[in-house]
Amino acid sequence: MIYLELLIKFFRIGLFTIGGGYAMLPLMQHEIEANNWITSQEFIDIIAIAEMTPGPIAINAATFIGYRTGGVLGSVAATTAIVLPSLLIVVILSRVLAKYRDHPLVNSMFAGIRPVVAGLILSAAWFIIDAVLIPVQAENGAAPAFDLASMIIAAAAFFLVAKYKFDPIKVIVMAGVVGLVIF
Amino acid sequence: MLPMIEKEVIDRRSWASDDEIMDIFALSQSLPGAIAINSAIFLGYRLAGVMGAIAAAAGVVLPSLLIILVIAAFFASFMENRLIVSAFTGIRAAVVGLVAAAAVRITGANCRSIGAVVLAFLSLVINLFTGIHAMWVIVSGALVGIVLYYLPRRGNSKIPGDEQQ
Repeated sequence: MIYLELLIKFFRIGLFTIGGGYAMLPLMQHEIEANNWITSQEFIDIIAIAEMTPGPIAINAATFIGYRTGGVLGSVAATTAIVLPSLLIVVILSRVLAKYRDHPLVNSMFAGIRPVVAGLILSAAWFIIDAVLIPVQAENGAAPAFDLASMIIAAAAFFLVAKYKFDPIKVIVMAGVVGLVIF
Repeated sequence: MLPMIEKEVIDRRSWASDDEIMDIFALSQSLPGAIAINSAIFLGYRLAGVMGAIAAAAGVVLPSLLIILVIAAFFASFMENRLIVSAFTGIRAAVVGLVAAAAVRITGANCRSIGAVVLAFLSLVINLFTGIHAMWVIVSGALVGIVLYYLPRRGNSKIPGDEQQ
């Protein structure tokens, strides 16, 4: 029952996405590897599309993966499931949360969660580097060929965003144009 | 999305005050899920209870859902076009750079003590080399944070919330 599976898995992803949209990537990466919902290439395409379209990355990715695995109903299931934890927590806990937000227990919990999530996002970044830039060993035993052009684009994108604070959408569009010309 | 929420809620509808909205944004940040979605749900709940929360959630998610549905429906046939394939070869490489930049930024912002660096490194290694689900890594991080905070303070009942134990 793909819809139930999507509901459960995306509810879990929604519940543990703490610290913004990118925190969702390692969780989603796990489910994708475990369930073979989509290929790692498609996952990366989805990140690109989610960056380019309005709306939070987590929602966009859930809708896309839901559609890929279960059609329109699948996308509704995945999207509902990823929002449901937020909805339940706000409705059930909103008063308690406002009261205990500065409680040392809550603060110490987040002091532990934040660096852990950073480490997870680093490993998700490695997963993506591995999928795009590290060539697979050819079956005939020939030396794997590194794709130099992709490496240069990746490095340029990194510096434009990290150092020069470029808008990710612009970087994606520029890379798309460069891709059209050189690939 | 947050500036848009601010404009609509404060300037146009007077649904909340400046302070209230800042409070909601701050609280939304520490909850699971996207900040914009959480803020919308908070506002909906504050204005019209459970139904308000559901309406706000639906309202803020529906545009994304519809846009992505249209894109997803045509994506496979798009990908048969040679030009699109070329463009996406470049775009995939850019995504590597974007995600790496985000990872570096988030790590820099959240790893300002030796302890935090160690935790981040451990979670990186665990996620790279074991099959342990990321959610258990997050739960462990929360537990480590709590233990590290309370260990040196055993017997000190001045900590609020400690009394019940």
